[in-house]
Parts: sequence; structure tokens; C-alpha cells
Amino acid sequence: MTSQAATEYEKYYVPEKSKLAVCATIGLILSIFGAASIMNDMTFGDPEESTYSWSIFLIGLFFFMATLFSWFKIAIQENIAGLNSAQLKKSYVLGMFWFIFSEVMFFFAFFGALFYVRTLVGPWLAGDGDGGRMNGILWDGFEYAWPMMQTPQEAVGGATEQLIANNGAFTSAETSMAFADAHAWYAWLPMWNTAVLLTSSLTCHFAHTNILKGDKSKFNLWLGITVGLGIFFLFLQFMEYYEAYELFGLTLNSGIYGSTFFMLTGFHGFHVFMGMTMLLIQLLRSVIGKQFTAEDHFGFEASSWYWHFVDVVWVFLFLFVYIL
Amino acid sequence: MGFKAKRLVQAALAPVLLLTSVVCAAAGELSSVNMSPGVTVVGREIYDLHMIILGICVVIGVLVFGVMFYSIIYHRKSRGVTPATFHESTKVEIAWTVVPFIILIAMAVPATTTLLDIYDTDEAELDIIVKGYQWKWKYEYLTEDGDNVAFFSNLRTPQAEIYNVEAKGQNYLLEVDEPLVLPVNTKVRFLVTANDVIHSWWVPQLAVKKDAIPGFINEISTRTADEGVYRGQCSELCGKDHGFMPIVVNVVSKEEYAEWFAGKQAEAAEVNDLMAQTFAMDELMDRGQSVYTRNCLACHGADGEGGVGTAIAGSAIATGDVSGHLEVGINGVPGTAMQAFGGQLNDVDMAAVITYQRNAFGNNMGDLIQPIDVYNYKKGQ
Amino acid sequence: MGDHHHGPAKGLTRWLFTTNHKDIGTMYLWFSFAMFILGGFFAMVIRAELFQPGMQLIDPAFFNQMTTLHGLIMVFGAIMPSFVGLANWLIPMMIGAPDMALPRMNNWSFWILPPTFLLLASTLFMEGGAPAFGWTFYAPLSTTYAPPSVTFFIFSVHVLGLSSIMGSINIIATVMNMRAPGMTYMKMPLFVWTWLITAFLLVAVMPVLAGAVTMMLMDIHFGTSFFSAAGGGDPVLFQHVFWFFGHPEVYIIILPAFGVVSQIIPAFSRKPLFGYDSMVYATASIAFLSFIVWAHHMYTVGMPVAGELFFMYATMLIAVPTGVKVFNWISTMWRGAMSFETPMLFSIGFLVLFTIGGFTGLMLSIAPADFQYHDSYFVVAHFHYVMVAGAVFSMTAAIYFWLPKWCGRMYNETMGKTHFWISFIGFNLAFFPQHFVGLAGMPRRIPDYALQFADFNMMSSIGAFIYGASQILFLYNVIATIVAGEPTSEEKVWDGAEGLEWTLPTPAPYHTFETPPAVK
Ligand code: HEA
Ligand code: HEA
Ligand code: HEC
Ligand code: CUA
Ligand SMILES: [Cu+2]
Repeated sequence: MTSQAATEYEKYYVPEKSKLAVCATIGLILSIFGAASIMNDMTFGDPEESTYSWSIFLIGLFFFMATLFSWFKIAIQENIAGLNSAQLKKSYVLGMFWFIFSEVMFFFAFFGALFYVRTLVGPWLAGDGDGGRMNGILWDGFEYAWPMMQTPQEAVGGATEQLIANNGAFTSAETSMAFADAHAWYAWLPMWNTAVLLTSSLTCHFAHTNILKGDKSKFNLWLGITVGLGIFFLFLQFMEYYEAYELFGLTLNSGIYGSTFFMLTGFHGFHVFMGMTMLLIQLLRSVIGKQFTAEDHFGFEASSWYWHFVDVVWVFLFLFVYIL
Repeated sequence: MGFKAKRLVQAALAPVLLLTSVVCAAAGELSSVNMSPGVTVVGREIYDLHMIILGICVVIGVLVFGVMFYSIIYHRKSRGVTPATFHESTKVEIAWTVVPFIILIAMAVPATTTLLDIYDTDEAELDIIVKGYQWKWKYEYLTEDGDNVAFFSNLRTPQAEIYNVEAKGQNYLLEVDEPLVLPVNTKVRFLVTANDVIHSWWVPQLAVKKDAIPGFINEISTRTADEGVYRGQCSELCGKDHGFMPIVVNVVSKEEYAEWFAGKQAEAAEVNDLMAQTFAMDELMDRGQSVYTRNCLACHGADGEGGVGTAIAGSAIATGDVSGHLEVGINGVPGTAMQAFGGQLNDVDMAAVITYQRNAFGNNMGDLIQPIDVYNYKKGQ
Repeated sequence: MGDHHHGPAKGLTRWLFTTNHKDIGTMYLWFSFAMFILGGFFAMVIRAELFQPGMQLIDPAFFNQMTTLHGLIMVFGAIMPSFVGLANWLIPMMIGAPDMALPRMNNWSFWILPPTFLLLASTLFMEGGAPAFGWTFYAPLSTTYAPPSVTFFIFSVHVLGLSSIMGSINIIATVMNMRAPGMTYMKMPLFVWTWLITAFLLVAVMPVLAGAVTMMLMDIHFGTSFFSAAGGGDPVLFQHVFWFFGHPEVYIIILPAFGVVSQIIPAFSRKPLFGYDSMVYATASIAFLSFIVWAHHMYTVGMPVAGELFFMYATMLIAVPTGVKVFNWISTMWRGAMSFETPMLFSIGFLVLFTIGGFTGLMLSIAPADFQYHDSYFVVAHFHYVMVAGAVFSMTAAIYFWLPKWCGRMYNETMGKTHFWISFIGFNLAFFPQHFVGLAGMPRRIPDYALQFADFNMMSSIGAFIYGASQILFLYNVIATIVAGEPTSEEKVWDGAEGLEWTLPTPAPYHTFETPPAVK
């Protein structure tokens, strides 16, 4: 089974046994079990009864995180030890690419939901397409506009007047998060957020060009700035949520506008947090661990792709959640 | 592969013809092996379409399997054949891409016309709101003067038949206490919606199936040519008793229909009168028991022992403050299967069933709730 | 690190900590068989209750839990993992790779599954019972009206999705990056091709499913109104998102089965696969089309007529590439020198019954006719023809076909053939009559039915028991082969089989192709 190819063939590194997978599983299962229990306690539970949900969740999460940490650590050490052939490195590249693709599809589901609601459901509820019957019989008085500032339920007079039983009570937002008279332009956070995130993508790119040149100190600087901007974005996003809840009356309960708004920005924010953490780890690796060279800096590259992806998602978000 | 093809086709067609004729013969009124052609023009169209596609598929199937079995019989190793080595032929491959495509177009044409016929939205002579509830249907006849007639239609098959205590009747599971009554030869438009979860209103012989979606209205219309009783079932999983929410449509002559409708309106007026009356305990208990059996029993059990719903026997609410009990009965418990019955039961029935729950199953509260109490409670909110 | 030339470790840790694609493949296969038995057991409960009209054994609420868990466990626990297991075993051997591209992650993808299904099955014992809203879990039955166990169900789905995505990424990376020199894309065995495309489908749609269940989670616990008209949402939105996942999902189930059959039929016809290229293009076309047909499950929800027409035409189109496949298989058999060992029997069974299921699928795709078929037993018959006689039959064929290679022992041919004939008869007896009751008007997901459906239901139950019982024979045959089958050391267990895996020694050594083979 040997061939000519074998002579110049680099061995593909197949790790021997590893406890990582099993440990990660235990952590993952404990944490989802805990998380599900927490939510059930919240919604169906008896407040008097004490449960261990939080403990299970936190222990699981800790275990999971610790496993992932040592997993990445081992992978990095293997790379430093020179075990990774060029082919294996390509496997990592492919892995990261398809992972990001799956994330794109995850957001696609939420954007799809948003478009569907905005272009079809809203008008239908307001009586489009059936000569107003739906509106007249079920949601008398509901008019559709986006952002939806009044839910159909509120339009007919609230949960008690509501014709559909048992769907819970939905309030309506007072102010939309879109650019509107409620804000002076300089106080409109989403715009600043866009600026911050776009800049960070640029600084991340600078870090990349510098590492390609082998300039570690400039790399560290630009990467540091990127991480800083990421944190700043999260801070602004937090302020935005604070405003939404405290000042504008826009909550998860405010009908479909609140639902889509928080779902999209929330998951995006969570991804920013992940990307920021990934970049931060790369920064620490570079500064403390003195890792990365002009040739070998895949950890950073993968994180930077992720960061650009998060950035692109934001651009769509800004367009469809805030502007249009 | 051209050789013997002709013989193959001939051999293939024989069973097809046989099969189709058997099926066609069987497809009279209600067949137990095939779709019913039903009693509407659209139903007939759908049935014909169904038979066409079925026929095409059977023919293709017989041809394809014919070739395959021919090969299985003649090209086997045990016959000592040496295998051929060909493995592609652009010509045949193009052919068997194009030919099915053409067949599909041939199917798509009648399919499209039938679909457009179904979606015809001309004005109807009669509008009826069909509303799905867990687990019953409500029919509301819309009238011009706003004097609407509405009623619920519940499963009538007794539990004893379902649980094999008694012999099952002829229309087992397909019988209701109050059928939907329609005039014959009239274009009727159903405005289908639901109160809680998604249901689906399906009467095979009317060729009507439309999902009932809470908060939305779907339209579908029908015009029935023959008088008769047509039966169907809810066809979207809607929870525990999804299998127990039948539909019965009674198509009658226009005169009979007018008479029935007038009777219904009179009945509604009568209930209005009852609202103002005061009832004695046994009157309330009798009425309450029948309301309970129809509306509450599915969840709360024949002896108030509970099930999907909590137990009524000894329940804190049913043996507590009257207003708490009225609250649950009228407004339901949001987020649970306990619906707001305030909009489903008239005040007389509500008063009766609350009284019943408070005084049956060993709950001995002894208090009487009158329609006026219900009315006041609703007003006071 | 270092030396790769020793065999597997001993004891339990071999399985817990392994990074070997063959071990992981084995675990996947056994796990999926266990799930098949569990899901099959639930099906037996369903069929037993439906044996006669009237409620006999279980109550309606429990019946719904049974259908739900049966569908979920069969689809996510039995079929999908079984093909992932096959992929793990075969893809590296077929493309000349030393292992999967990302071996540790591979192990993780597997080990997530058993505890997750344990969690899912444990909902049966929770307060309010297991999920009872069907495997399609339409809102609001699965949100506002769901039992509390729905939260555990949601998280299980999340984690299952994670496992599938990681498994697929691994397969994609392996196929794209680990092919031996000379193994160009258009030389890959068809099984590898179908899996590559399947993996792509999985990476594309599992996240959408995750999105759907996340919206449910939010509606249940955090007061959002995605699926509630009162707040401006729409229960039908759920169905769109679900079926955007769900329809590609059914091709995720069937494409690897196509791959298997495309390996087996040429082997026993002793003739190369007819139309290799068109097979590849057909598979890709099916995958592409699968993204634009989802609403054919929703013809009755009240879509505008334009939507109805679009989805009808797109769905009908799938018959073309699928037909190409069927014709190619038959042309492969044409003028071959066929023999009918068990794998071939199951493949022919697949071919016939899948095509019948495909025809009923085509009938369902005709929107106006679907108004009568939808949510009736006709649909149940359709999808069992494609999933049981399609996916399960081809999986069974695959096991008989490659088992000798894997363990170096031959199964008992007589028993295998008996298994086939009992399965074939049992299967048809179970599911053919369902077409009739469906057309005659019996809705699906009901625990009790009107009297006119009684005869066919009884027939169907008897068939189901026969089919189920035949699986005992299968299990016995497989175990008996592994423990005490007749040893064989032929490299080519089947004289007509082609491909790299048949150049390896039999039984396949623990590590293979550490240096890549040359491919002509
Ligand atoms: C392995 C899984 C699998 C496969 C492969 C398929 C294949 C197909 N399915 Fe099926 N389907 C399911 C699994 C599958 N399905 C499931 C699980 C459900 C129910 C879900 C639920 O509600 O729970 C379902 C439901 C379902 C519906 C919804 C029914 C309803 O609820 O009302 C429809 C409607 O269009 C449909 C259509 C099709 C079509 C057109 C194909 C096509 O791919 C078939 C193509 C094949 C052929 C046509 C045969 C071979 C072709 C030839 C020999 C060529 C010549 C032929 C002609 C030109 C006619 N399927
Ligand atoms: C690939 C997936 C798959 C597979 C393999 C099967 C396999 C089977 N299924 Fe199905 N089924 C679905 C997927 C599948 N199913 C889905 C998605 C639904 C829809 C759910 C919903 O509505 O939400 C469904 C629904 C469904 C219904 C409709 C329920 C309803 O609408 O109310 C029925 C009814 O007959 C049924 C029957 C069967 C039977 C008899 C088998 C048999 O093939 C099973 C045979 C296997 C065994 C029996 C186990 C192994 C054998 C043993 C352990 C030996 C011991 C057994 C005996 C002695 C009998 N299934
Ligand atoms: C679809 C199922 C269903 C039907 C039908 C139903 N109920 Fe209920 N009911 C419930 C559920 C579920 C609860 C428990 C609610 C909760 O969790 O608090 C309940 C609770 C109650 C309670 C409170 C009992 C207690 O002590 O907690 C009363 C009173 C009640 N229902 C009355 C009625 C009446 C009167 C009817 C008929 C007119 C009826 N129910 C029909 C499901 C139902
Ligand atoms: Cu109502 Cu099913
Ligand atoms: Cu589909």
C-alpha cells in the first residue's frame, strides 16, 4: 500500500485516547439539565420549593468551560510541539469555516422570521388580502406598521378582551428603537455601535497585516484595541437595553417587535461576547505566551474570521432592525 | 434497450387496467380503499386528479419494475451470463431526464386548474365562522342584522363505548350533539379559525380541509349538490382528545334549513329570557351536569377526579370563595389548558356548571349561583 | 503521542476515550440500533392500541407521547446516527485516509448522544408527561399548551443539533482534505459523495432547527410572541422555520441510503455503476431543491395561491433527479450478472419500495389533492415507505454488506435471506393498508378510530408485529456473526465489490492507510 506519494508525505496527526470528549459531554449535559430546570422552576415551579437547578447548572458550566480550556490548550501545545502537518492545519481551517457557516444559518432563521412577520403576518393581521375579515372579526382596530408599536391584543383592548385565550398578555412599546424623534442623533446608540464595530473590524484587519509582517508589538497593539472596542460595543449594547427597558417600554413582552428586536440583538451581542473572548485569549497568548509568528497564527486568524462574521451580521441587523 | 420493449409495455398495461377498473368500481360513495369523490364539484375534480396521478404513477411503476424484474430474471449470475461493461450513455440519460419532466408538466396542468378552482373567492351566500376549541367545534352563522346564531358541537359517543363497556354504535366517534346544518346548493364560505391551538377542519366528502389557526382566519368555500349527512374529523394534532373532535355536516333542503335557522334564533332568544330567572337547586344541578359532561369532563374527569385539569372533587377553588371559582370558570387560567369559558357558555350554563361543581363529587358547598351572579361578575371586571 | 501501530486499548476506556474512527463508528451503530429498538417498541405500543377500535391499553395523552417519541427517536436517534456510524467506518477507508479529520471532536459528537437521548426518554417520567405534540411540535401546542418537560426537549434538540453539526463538519473536512493523492472528487465512491452533500445539508439546516426551538423556548419562558397572533406573531411562522429544516432533513435521511445502494447494486450486478456523473449531479440537485420545497407540508395552512403553486411545482421537480437515480440503478442491473445475497435483496427491496414511497410523495406534492391526503394515514404510509423501506432497508443492506469486512466473519446467509423475506412481507402488510385507510379518511395521530377503518388497522398491526419480530432475527444474526461467524480473510469479501476498502485486509485493521494509497 505504499506509493511514491508516501515519500514526501507528512504524517497526519491522529491523537491517541483522550478524556476531553467525555468530560466535555458531562459538563454540557449537566449545564443544559441545570438550565432547563432553572427555566422550569421560573415558569412552572413552586417558589417555596428550593431546588438545585442553579448549582447543577453552574457546576456543569464550570466543568464544561474547564474542559474546553484544556482542550484548546492541548491543541495549542500540539501545534507548538510541531505535530500538526500542513494537512491537519487545513482541517482546522475547514472546520472553522463550516462552523461559521452554521452560525450564519442560525441567524438566517431569525432574519427569516423577521422578514416573514414584517412583510406577511403584520399586513394579514391588519386585514390585508381577505377584504378585512380577519381584522374585522378577530383584531378589530388593529393597524399594521413597523415597528409594531401596538400589538393586536392591545388594539382590541388587552388580554381580557382578547379573543384568543391563554396566550399571555403582551404590552406594547412606547418608543421604537429606530432612528426617530425620541433621540437626538448623537444619542442614538445603534449608530455609535455600528461605528465601533466597523472600526474594530478594521483594527482587527490591521492586526492581521502586522502579524503577517511579523511585527508582534504592532499586532498586540491593534489586537488590544480590537478587544477594547469589542468591550465598548458590549457596554453600549447594555446601555441600549437599559434604555429600552427603563425608558422606552420595549421589553421581551412587547409583542413581536420586542421579540425580534431582543432575539436578534441579543444573540448578536452574545456572539460579540464570544468573539471578544476569543480575541482576548489570542491577545493573552501573544502577550504572555509569546506565541504566534508571521507563518503560524491560526488561532488568531480563526478568531478574526469569527469577528468579521459578527461584524457583517451587525450590518444586516443595523439595516433591518434599526433603519428599514 | 429498444428490443422487447413493446411486449413489455403490453405486459405492463394489463395489470394497470385491471387495477384501475377494480379501484374505479370500488370508488362509489364511501370507499374503504380509495378517496371519496364526494358531493361537490371541487371534490369530484380532486378525485379525478387523484386518479390521474395515481394512474400515471402505476404505469410508470409497472414499466420501471417490469424492466427491473426482467433483468433480475434474465441477467443473473446463476444463468452463467457474463456481465456487460457499459456504464453510461448520454442519450438515454437525457431521455430519462426529459421524459419525466414532460410527464410532470402533464400533471401540473390539471393540478393548477383544480387549485385555482378551489381558491375561487366569489362572494358566498352564507358565511359561517368555524372555530376550533380543545376539543370541540363552534359554529357561528353570520347574519346581516347581526343576530348571529352560534353553538358548540361536541362528541356524542359515550365514554362507555370508547372504553369498550358498551357495544360501539354505527357512527362510533363520528357523531356530535349538534351538527352543522347547511342548505343544499348554496355557496357557503367557512371562516376557519381556532381559539387555542391549531386544529384542522376536514370533511372528506366536501373536499374541505383547512387549518384552524388561532388568531388568523382561513377561508374556504363549498357548494354541496346533494342532501345528506357528511362526517369528518379534526385533522391536526391538537392535544389529548384530538381523535375525539368529529365534525358532522347535515345538508338539508333550503326550506328545512330556513326552518332550522329560525328555530335556532328562537332558542337564543329563550336563553335570553332564562338569564333573568332564578333557578332552584335541582334545576341548576341537572343543567349543570349536562354542561359539565359536555364541556368539562374531558379534562376534569367523570367524577371530578381530574386528568388534564386539576381535580374538582375537594378542590380548593371549587370549595372556596364563589368569586374565585367564577374567575377560573369565566376567564380560565392563562397559560394552561383551562380556557376562558366565559365566552363559550352562556350565563345560564355557566351558573349551572359552577353550581354543579360546588355541589357534586362530594363538594357540599350548598350555595346556588344564579345567571345574574355570573352576569354581575363579568360586568364587574 | 507517537506510535500508531498498536491496536485498541482494553476495557471500557477504549470506548470512552477513543479517537479511532472505527471504534466511534461501531459505537454509533450500536447506539442507533438501541434507539431503533426503543423507537420500535413505542411503535409497537401504537400499533397495539390501534389493533382494534376503542381504547384498550393506554390513554389518549400517553398515545400522543408515544407518537411523538417514536418519531423523534427514530429520526434523530436511530436513522441519523446509524448513517453517521457508517460514514465513520467507511469514509476514511473509502478515500484512503488514516482517520477522520478531527478525531477528538468525532468522539465528542458521539458521546453527546447517549445522555441526550436518556434525557429525552426520561421526560416520560416527568410531571405532565413527555412531549405530546408530535415530532413536528407545532406551536402553540408545543409552547403555551405544552407540558413542562418541553424545556428538556428543547435543550435536547439543541444538543443533538450540536452533535450533528460537529459530525458533519468532521465529514466535510475529511472528504475535502483527507483524500489520498489521485482520489479526485469525481473518483470518490458514491457513498462518500452522498455523505458530503448530506453533511452540507446538515450544517445548513440544523442551526435553523436550533433557531426554531430557541424561539419556542423564549415564547414559553420569556414572554415573547413569535408564535402568537395576539402579540403580532404567527403560529404558522413556526411551521415555516421547522419545515425549512424538516424537508432537507428527510433528504438527510435518504441521501446516504442512496449512497449505500449505489455501492451494493454494482457489486452484486458485477458491473460498474451506470451514470456515475449523473448520480452525483442528481444528488446535488435533490439537495438544492430540498431548500425550496418546504411548504409542501403546509398546503392547508392557508397560504396565498401563488405560494401554493410555487411549492407544488418545485416539489414535483424532485421526481426528476430521483428518477434519474432509480433509472441508473436499474441500468446498472441491466445485463449484469446478478446474484442475490442478503445485501442485494435488501437493496432491491429498497429500490421497489422506495420508488412506491416516492410515487405517493409525488401524489402528495399535488397541492389540491393534498387537501384530501394531508394529515391522513396516506401520509403515514408515504413516509414509512421512504423511511423504513428506504432508509432502514438500505441500512440493513449496508450492515450485511460490510459486516464481514469489519469483523472478518461471514454472517449466516440463510438467516439473512429469511430476515429479508419476513421483513418484506411484514413491512408491506403493515404499511400498504395505511394507504387505504388514509384515502378513506382516517386522520393520523389518533388513538382511536371509526369502525370502517377497523379491518385494515388490524392487518397493519399484525404486519407491524411481524416486521418488528423479524428484527430479532437480524440482531441475533449480527451478534452470532461477530462472536462465532465463519472466519473469512478474503480482501474482497464480495467478488464484485470495488473500492479502496476492499483492498484492505479482512478484518479491517485498527489503523488503516497511515500512508495514503495510490489511486489510479
Ligand atoms: C426519507 C424520507 C423522505 C423522502 C425521500 C421523501 C420524498 C418525497 N416526499 Fe415526503 N415525507 C417524509 C419523508 C420523505 N419524503 C416525511 C417524514 C413526511 C411527513 C412528515 C410529517 O408530517 O410528519 C413526508 C411528507 C411529505 C409531504 C407532505 C404531506 C402532507 O403532510 O400533506 C409531501 C408533499 O408534497 C411529500 C412529498 C415528497 C416528494 C415529492 C418526495 C420525492 O423526493 C420523491 C421522489 C421519488 C419518486 C417520484 C420516485 C422515483 C422516480 C421515478 C421512477 C421517476 C419517474 C416518476 C415520475 C415522473 C412520476 N412528502
Ligand atoms: C425513520 C423513521 C421511522 C421508522 C424506522 C419507523 C418505524 C415504524 N413506525 Fe413510524 N413514524 C415515524 C418514523 C419512523 N417510523 C415518524 C417520523 C412518525 C410521525 C410521528 C408523528 O406523528 O409525530 C411515525 C409515526 C408512526 C405511526 C403513526 C402514528 C400516528 O399517527 O398516530 C405508526 C402507526 O402505525 C408508526 C408505525 C411504525 C412501525 C410499526 C415501525 C416499525 O418499522 C418499527 C419496527 C422496529 C421494531 C419493532 C424494533 C426492533 C425489534 C425488536 C426490539 C424486536 C421485538 C419486537 C417484537 C416482538 C414485536 N409510525
Ligand atoms: C382543556 C381542558 C379543560 C377543560 C375542558 C376544562 N378545564 Fe378546568 N382546568 C383545566 C386545567 C389544566 C386546570 C388547572 C389550571 C392550573 O394549573 O391552575 C383547570 C382548573 C380548573 C379549576 C380550578 C381547580 C383547582 O382547584 O385548581 C376549576 C374550578 C375549573 N378548571 C373549572 C372548569 C369548568 C367549569 C370547566 C367546564 C365548563 C372546565 N374547567 C373545563 C383544564 C380544563
Ligand atoms: Cu382539534 Cu385535532
Ligand atoms: Cu418534505
